Amino acid sequence: MQSTSRNFHHNVEDALANPNLQDSLAKLKVGFSERRRQAVERLPEFEALRDAARDIKNHTLANLDFYLEEFERKVTALGGHVHWAPTAADARRIITELCLSVGARTIAKSKSMISEEIGINDHLEAQGIAPIETDLGEYIIQLRREPPSHIIAPAVHLTKDQVADTFLEHHRALGFTQRLTERSDLVAEARHVLRQKFLDADVGLTGANFLVAETGSSMLVTNEGNADLSNTLPRMHIVLASIEKVIPTLEDAAVLLRVLARSATGQESSVYTTLNTGPKRSGDLDGPSQYHVVILDNGRSSVLGTDMQEMLRCIRCGACMNHCPVYGAIGGHAYGWVYPGPIGAVLTPQLIGVEEASNLPNASTFCGRCESVCPVRIPLPKLMRHWREREFERHLTPKAVRQGLALWSFLAQRPKLYRLLTGWTNRTLALFGRGEGRFRALPLASGWTRFRDFPAPESGGTFHAQWARHGGARPRP
Amino acid sequence: MVADVSSPPANNRPRRVALFVTCLVDLFRPSVGFAAVKLLEDAGCTVEVPPLQVCCGQPAYNSGDRTTTRAIAAQIVEMFEGYEAVVVPSGSCGGMLSRHYPGLFDDEPAMKARAERLAARSHELVSFLVDVLGVTSVAAHYEDVVTYHDSCSGLRELGIKQQPRRLLDSVRGLTMREMSTPEVCCGFGGTFCVKYPEISNAMVGEKSADVAASGAGTLLAGDLGCLLNMAGKLQRDGNPVRVRHVAEVLADMGSLPPIGEVGRQR
Repeated sequence: MQSTSRNFHHNVEDALANPNLQDSLAKLKVGFSERRRQAVERLPEFEALRDAARDIKNHTLANLDFYLEEFERKVTALGGHVHWAPTAADARRIITELCLSVGARTIAKSKSMISEEIGINDHLEAQGIAPIETDLGEYIIQLRREPPSHIIAPAVHLTKDQVADTFLEHHRALGFTQRLTERSDLVAEARHVLRQKFLDADVGLTGANFLVAETGSSMLVTNEGNADLSNTLPRMHIVLASIEKVIPTLEDAAVLLRVLARSATGQESSVYTTLNTGPKRSGDLDGPSQYHVVILDNGRSSVLGTDMQEMLRCIRCGACMNHCPVYGAIGGHAYGWVYPGPIGAVLTPQLIGVEEASNLPNASTFCGRCESVCPVRIPLPKLMRHWREREFERHLTPKAVRQGLALWSFLAQRPKLYRLLTGWTNRTLALFGRGEGRFRALPLASGWTRFRDFPAPESGGTFHAQWARHGGARPRP
Repeated sequence: MVADVSSPPANNRPRRVALFVTCLVDLFRPSVGFAAVKLLEDAGCTVEVPPLQVCCGQPAYNSGDRTTTRAIAAQIVEMFEGYEAVVVPSGSCGGMLSRHYPGLFDDEPAMKARAERLAARSHELVSFLVDVLGVTSVAAHYEDVVTYHDSCSGLRELGIKQQPRRLLDSVRGLTMREMSTPEVCCGFGGTFCVKYPEISNAMVGEKSADVAASGAGTLLAGDLGCLLNMAGKLQRDGNPVRVRHVAEVLADMGSLPPIGEVGRQR
């Protein structure tokens, strides 16, 4: 996927001026966080489960090579195949070759963020293979040729009316000529259209929530059951997942599942939880005759053993973006690439380069709400700060910010000079602001005064001036 | 004001405390510092203000300038050594001292140990009064309906939630009315508010609407940065809500003009 992260400021302006998006975000902000809160309240051991989930992922990351090889051994023993993809280009090539090997014309896809990361759809289309998104949200944005704006709710930026218009435009040729207004009717129509696509597909391409080393299984959770049709009906099933998706055992999966759905949607459990373990065996009634797992690195292994490793604990629940006030203001597209919100601000610089994504880790108030809900306790503000440090070291920080910072830092290390200057500033602002107590405009502060009044200081001098004037005591009335 | 200081036992309580004023209080709202001194003195402390203190270093820290942050942190660690407690009328600067300083010196064991000692003795003002000194009520009077914004660092780094509400509960004439999302960031974020003014404006706009919807006449919080931001937005929107630091009301200094206003009292 082509990044627009460099145009972050421009993206933000567009997002803030988009009334449909703002409508959708207003609902998302309340809905997701409220449902998570209720789910957590119903489970007294939730905080302990977060610790356990964090520990499982930490243990796995510390022994990642072992568990990945174990997973490969198990898959191979079951008659499946594991393919290692160091880069996005490798993953695209492997998947295309697999599709061509069975003469695939169409493939049924269930939702996969990794497939967005490697841009597989455009690549397959260029080879004459039609990928069909079968997750409802993904299907909608595929029709509109838009990227997802949220990792678990890809079409969350759209209103129902926009979906109705999209369906009318694209389904008219299939005989659906009525514009629908009810949610359930829209779903029924999509289901009807997609049913034939499942039956026609030559290959099913899915992601994975977890790869279980112990059994060689890939595990998927969905609410629509579309993944199950994608991986049982076609004759070839390709699983696309990144290296950090592996976990040791089914016991571990049970712990992670308990925090995943609750954090994501506030459900106790997603509607469908499916384990795929190898290809169809003799005697099985259905299932794919070929089972392939493509495991992508794409720059992830280089953070192992560094102070950024914690980002690889992520289980892609979306809670950080659901609770992020910045995401809530601008939505997912403004971030400019595949992963939005706090986790996107941490992952994106790693995956596409900090030069391209330099704004993302800076566009945060470090309010910490993301970290407070993360089911695997990723210290997201800390990791964003690490990116800011990398940017500063490499002189990528904007010049105006660097200059301001240099001046401030010079003064902050010279307390007497600092006192003199703050005393002068305090008196000047207090003098000019004495009429109203605030300023509607102020030189050098337009970033503030464009949207807010600037409160003037109280009269009487700085705290330190007054404290000294009263001989090291507070003035008494 | 008579502070009720029944627990914990008097002999364990710090007596000689240093006030870290913070640069925003020093420059914009000295009354918050004087309110802090009054609250601490009423609770039986002797308050000293190390004269050459400047800033905790957050502007550099949050801009990725670790070298400058370390230099400033070392300056603060040095200046505040030897006090039984360091009290800060801000969750954000308090969190910087108590949660972030030690990590700055991971490669300098001696300095790290000093930073850890400072971290262990540093407290945000209201949590110090309630959690350390055991203050349960204040003798203050403030006649208004009040809503309270939980500033992010205080809430999520330092666990400050009930402490200010408990003390406000004892203020005569004061009625508490919660807004719908008191825990959501106001969009200040230090330099964030001028680096990303449009996003910051969207956030503070929502906060301002939430404050207005609560029907409260006064908005309180424990961090001056957030307060300047919210006051500026409320006033730009023509909203008459009075904005004050919680310490002012607790110290019975609620008759001062609110932030960004002159003359108008409660």
